[in-house]
Amino acid sequence: MSSSALAVAVRGVGKKYTIRHDYTAPTTLGEAIVRRVRHPFARVEREQFWALRDIGFDVYQGEVLALIGSNGAGKSTLLKILSRITEMSEGQVDLYGRVGSLLEVGTGFNQELTGRENIFLNGAILGMTRSEIRRHFDAIVAFAGVERFLDTPVKRYSSGMYVRLAFAVAAHLRSEILIVDEVLAVGDQEFQRKCLGKMRDVAIDGRTVLLVSHNMAAIGNLCSRAVVLRAGQMVFAGDVVGAIAEYSARDATVLVGDLRERHDRVGKGEIQSTSIALVGLDGVLTRAIKPGQPFDIVVSYDAKVPLREVEASINIESMDGTRIVTLASGFRNESFSVLAGAGTFVCRVSGLPLRPDTYSINVFLSGNHAFYDHVERAISFDIAPHDVYGTGRLPMRNEGALIADYHWRAAQPDLTSNVV
Amino acid sequence: MASQPLRRLRPTTGWVAIDLHELVEFKDLVLEFARRDIKLRYRQTVLGIVWVVVQPIVAAGVLNFAFGIVAGARPQGPSYFLFTFAGVLAWNLFSWTLSKTSLSLVGNSYLISKVYFPRLILPISGTLSTLLDFGISLAVLIVVQATYGIAPGWPILLLPIWILLILALALGAGFIAAALTVEYRDIQHILPILIPFMLYASPVAYDVSQIPGGYQRAFYLVNPLAGLIVAFRASLLPGAALPPLPYLAWSVGLAVGLFILGAAVFKRTERKFADVV
Repeated sequence: MSSSALAVAVRGVGKKYTIRHDYTAPTTLGEAIVRRVRHPFARVEREQFWALRDIGFDVYQGEVLALIGSNGAGKSTLLKILSRITEMSEGQVDLYGRVGSLLEVGTGFNQELTGRENIFLNGAILGMTRSEIRRHFDAIVAFAGVERFLDTPVKRYSSGMYVRLAFAVAAHLRSEILIVDEVLAVGDQEFQRKCLGKMRDVAIDGRTVLLVSHNMAAIGNLCSRAVVLRAGQMVFAGDVVGAIAEYSARDATVLVGDLRERHDRVGKGEIQSTSIALVGLDGVLTRAIKPGQPFDIVVSYDAKVPLREVEASINIESMDGTRIVTLASGFRNESFSVLAGAGTFVCRVSGLPLRPDTYSINVFLSGNHAFYDHVERAISFDIAPHDVYGTGRLPMRNEGALIADYHWRAAQPDLTSNVV
Repeated sequence: MASQPLRRLRPTTGWVAIDLHELVEFKDLVLEFARRDIKLRYRQTVLGIVWVVVQPIVAAGVLNFAFGIVAGARPQGPSYFLFTFAGVLAWNLFSWTLSKTSLSLVGNSYLISKVYFPRLILPISGTLSTLLDFGISLAVLIVVQATYGIAPGWPILLLPIWILLILALALGAGFIAAALTVEYRDIQHILPILIPFMLYASPVAYDVSQIPGGYQRAFYLVNPLAGLIVAFRASLLPGAALPPLPYLAWSVGLAVGLFILGAAVFKRTERKFADVV
């Protein structure tokens, strides 16, 4: 990457907000004037709050760089600074190309205007010239699939059509640097796949993408490098696997699924699962497992009475509800006797060869032809992006659910007959 | 490798120059916003553009009734209706531009917080759509004049200057109002009270000559719009005189000054808009 030219250089960027420490701050002009007159020399106590401080990194042309961080870490503020919506308080940013920013899908779409009119309006808002839009017009319409409704006001569109049209305009933005915030969070799976695919195309084109997303699987699929923000500070900048590990270790919200408050469970209830967690072999709680990495699934339980021949079972499902695999102790003739009180079942998984994505787990306790407890979606976890093949490439969502170990070779009928 | 960045972003402080080059770069967006304004205003109306014609005629009629018939303040001159019509046009240009400009930031806050463009584009595009309506009603005035057998004389050549000055005055005040509205929404309530008040304080349906001599000077000084309305009318109606030159100069100076001051205030506070709006 270092051989490529710079696209964005961020140097020591900070953004300061001033919070008034003043419970009776004026909210109307009148109050402000009255106060000025009464206390002409009074200084309102203000506290300065740095939403971002000392942020510095480079983005190279043709790179997809992710910004990762939990809510409030400063990701959106940084995107707004880079796209010039708000101004930084200190530092400097050099942009080596035209910037297009997509902080939401369909900014400025007007309900009363027709699809055709909105294409021109939205395109112009995103920074396209009228002739650029005209040049891409047919492609935009075809991409969105709204040919028949071009002259219908978009308020009569279905929400799917609306989002497709909005994304189609954005997808034809030709700026060299694209800034994208959580666009992946809207729409159905099909739409998200389209978004991801389009962003990959953008990078292949040699353009640059800065992406904010909470979808670690998508980030792992798309990005080579990432920057992790925590409370306005940059805590990591580097390869995407390291970044996701850093984020998952400290910022991911739920590490232990507390099931005691889950009232949507079914079963007779003599024994109930109380929590579930994923633990790496190093003993550290985790939310992100690499494909093929061994780990433990720890299910804590509470038994009301002593029970014999209890079987524990786990279903792993993709987020759209497709069941991927069942890990039942019964398959292995493993069953347990438990005393009344608390305890744990541990399932050692020697590896899940799954495509990086987010998955959820159902927990199932049964035995002696009795069905004790069943909690659906007890916890979700990520299969973290990991360079399994050592090539930097991983299958996309439409390329299958599993990561298999394989090699290709080529053979041809032997024509020269003296080469083996 | 060591190529120059296309753009360098740095924190700015104090007064900032307006980047005219950038405004030109965004001209398609200006036109697109103006187009949106115009389309939305007359969509789902039956008569559409007819309203642009009807409004000033009705306004002129009502003012004539109130001032000319009820108050008996009909000024000297061949046609009182044309006199008021011309005044209403100048007034409309001013008041539409002022109120539209003052709301241009708050009304588009969802855009300001989501996408960058020079914020000046909003009032500029609003003014373009106002100018279209104004142009149509100006054409109506010329047609009505023709039916009276009145042809405008050479002073009509000065008309664009008066139009620009009225715009400058309205934009200058509007810029300041818009910037203030971002933080203090009171302005949104003050202007609808102030603007009709200004209508009666301006020589739209009466002539400055009807004001007692001693007060004329104060009138021109207090209301910079007055000189411009009188001058505007003088360009259209033969026989209507320009205001006395010192007063006209005062109006011109104030319009230009307020425009520059307003643009500077707007530009200076622009960087805060996205954080506050």
